[in-house]
Amino acid sequence: MPVWTLYGISRGIATAAGPEQDGAAAQPGVLGLPRYHAERCQENCRACTDVCLPGALSLQSGESGERLALDYGKCIGCQLCTESCPNNALTKTEDWAFGVRNREDLVWAEALKSAPAAEVTRKIKKYFGRSLHIRHVDAGSCNGCESELQALNNPYYNLHRLGIFFTPSPRFADLLLVTGPVTYAMRGPLMETYNAMPEPRWVMAMGTCAVSGGANGGGYSCGHGIQEFLPVDIYVPGCPPNPSAMIHALLLLLNRANQHVQGGHFAR
Amino acid sequence: MPPLDPRYQPAEMMPFTSEPWSLPPIEGDDVQTLPFGPVRGDVLESAQIFFYYIGEAILHCHPRLFFKHRGMEKRFEGLSPLLGTVLAERISGVGSIAHSLAYCHAVETACGCEIPERAGYIRTILAELERLYNHLYYFGHLCHTTTLKVGEAQGKLLAEQCKQINGGLTGSRFLRSILMPGGLRRDLDVSELPAKLKALEPEITTYLKAMEETNSHLDRLITTGHLPQQTAYDQGATGPVKRASGIARDLRSDHPYAAYDRLQVNVPVRNAGDAHARIQVRMEEIYESLSLIARAANDIPIGPVFSEISYSSGAEGLGWCEGPRGSTYYCVHLDGEGRLARVKVKSPSFSNWRVFPFTVHDTNMMDYAINEASFGLTMAGCDR
Repeated sequence: MPVWTLYGISRGIATAAGPEQDGAAAQPGVLGLPRYHAERCQENCRACTDVCLPGALSLQSGESGERLALDYGKCIGCQLCTESCPNNALTKTEDWAFGVRNREDLVWAEALKSAPAAEVTRKIKKYFGRSLHIRHVDAGSCNGCESELQALNNPYYNLHRLGIFFTPSPRFADLLLVTGPVTYAMRGPLMETYNAMPEPRWVMAMGTCAVSGGANGGGYSCGHGIQEFLPVDIYVPGCPPNPSAMIHALLLLLNRANQHVQGGHFAR
Repeated sequence: MPPLDPRYQPAEMMPFTSEPWSLPPIEGDDVQTLPFGPVRGDVLESAQIFFYYIGEAILHCHPRLFFKHRGMEKRFEGLSPLLGTVLAERISGVGSIAHSLAYCHAVETACGCEIPERAGYIRTILAELERLYNHLYYFGHLCHTTTLKVGEAQGKLLAEQCKQINGGLTGSRFLRSILMPGGLRRDLDVSELPAKLKALEPEITTYLKAMEETNSHLDRLITTGHLPQQTAYDQGATGPVKRASGIARDLRSDHPYAAYDRLQVNVPVRNAGDAHARIQVRMEEIYESLSLIARAANDIPIGPVFSEISYSSGAEGLGWCEGPRGSTYYCVHLDGEGRLARVKVKSPSFSNWRVFPFTVHDTNMMDYAINEASFGLTMAGCDR
């Protein structure tokens, strides 16, 4: 055993630099959700909507003909729209911190609404200070989100240093973190877990499946995300969200980070 | 009407009935039952493992799976073959390449499309990168169950470093959004990859050697979860689990795809059939993956990465890939307009979950978690 202790010490510090107010750094080169440049979008073009599997891109008829509607809550970041758009109206980005408090903030809007609802979870600080205990429930994900959640406990992300822990029992949990679109068989266990949690309690929808069903939702045994069943406090789209985005969302819940997305516009 | 009937409407929720499920009758006053799951400790996938036990001894183990059944095969119906790739990548997140490669392979076979040589080499490299991060995470998780804390941290750190290499190379930590029927969506520059992995190789070697020299770790693995060769064969085990029980079969060398016919694949085999044999097979596979990536990156030709593919009506094809967990098969049937009419998925975890209980009956509770970790299965791939 002393051999392993020595081995561990000799590896040095592997942990990434601490997340500042903006959250931990993402890795360069890892693609996030695409960015929409409305001014370049061409009328009567269906190039992107034809290749959008989860229906994040759709055409909505407005006053002056059909307009493109974009819902990041349904986007799985497959990049097909960025590759098919003839005018580069949708571009690849490294935007990752997509955690939001209101579902509407994931829907692209031409004009930004005035004040973001920042006060919703302000009281959480009163209850918990800076610490948080999480109970994770897999409601039918593809294991991608689990893989990234498990990565949060590796030495690189080291979630413990932020005072955030995964707990085995829902009785000790403050936050229910749900991945997956909620399959028929997982509805019962999900609700039982939620009901076993003491109040006050919070709910986070992690990954596009949990937010809207994503690529998997809506079949004969599958729902459209958790908001049909539970009140959601934080939505984190991404397929799967980058571990840094997960950390950012957790800090957002604790009011230790700022929300970057508003009305579908990403700004740092 | 079963949901996979073509006349069944895709968005219609299936009428589920809760019929009692059957377990073998057990007599005796001291036998206790333990339903473990579906929400289990830590960050784990949902499944229920049902035990009959007396004290520490497990009499019978019955995995109750398919809590995560999403009806993915039905979701394929009516999609264009290109969009099918996006869906295949999401059947099992940590097997994105295995699934999408097998799927693309099936579509290409159906439509009689030969992919360019360069695309084949890059597919090979991606498949080996996936094996690498999966196997390294596997060792981290296995050390977690044997409470080797530094080993756990190191295994998970190495897996993280591999995922970051994946992210830098393809833009996705899970190597998604790169494959498509006919080849690749875009060319990748793999020239820097061997150097990056070379830098990681001494770390990996030291780590794997240190585990093989730790008695407390090996004590928990040797003789644990023994799978006899005959059982492995009869029950259709696959991947490293099968090769640890003395059956030398690997799709990469037996039925080569991508560029494996141009690269000699060394298939490690062990005969012991216990948890230790399963980790030894995976250890050797890590070295083999590193070697394969280096050789493939060295031999890779210059050229196009995509060849035109015309989706012929009514075509059928079978595709396969030896993923990190074993053989993945896709069977694809196109309809009259060249869209997907039916896609059948066979994931390696589906096969190995069937085998797994045979190694748990008549063992003890203390070894269960280690045995499950030594199989390294996913629920998502099995449940679909």
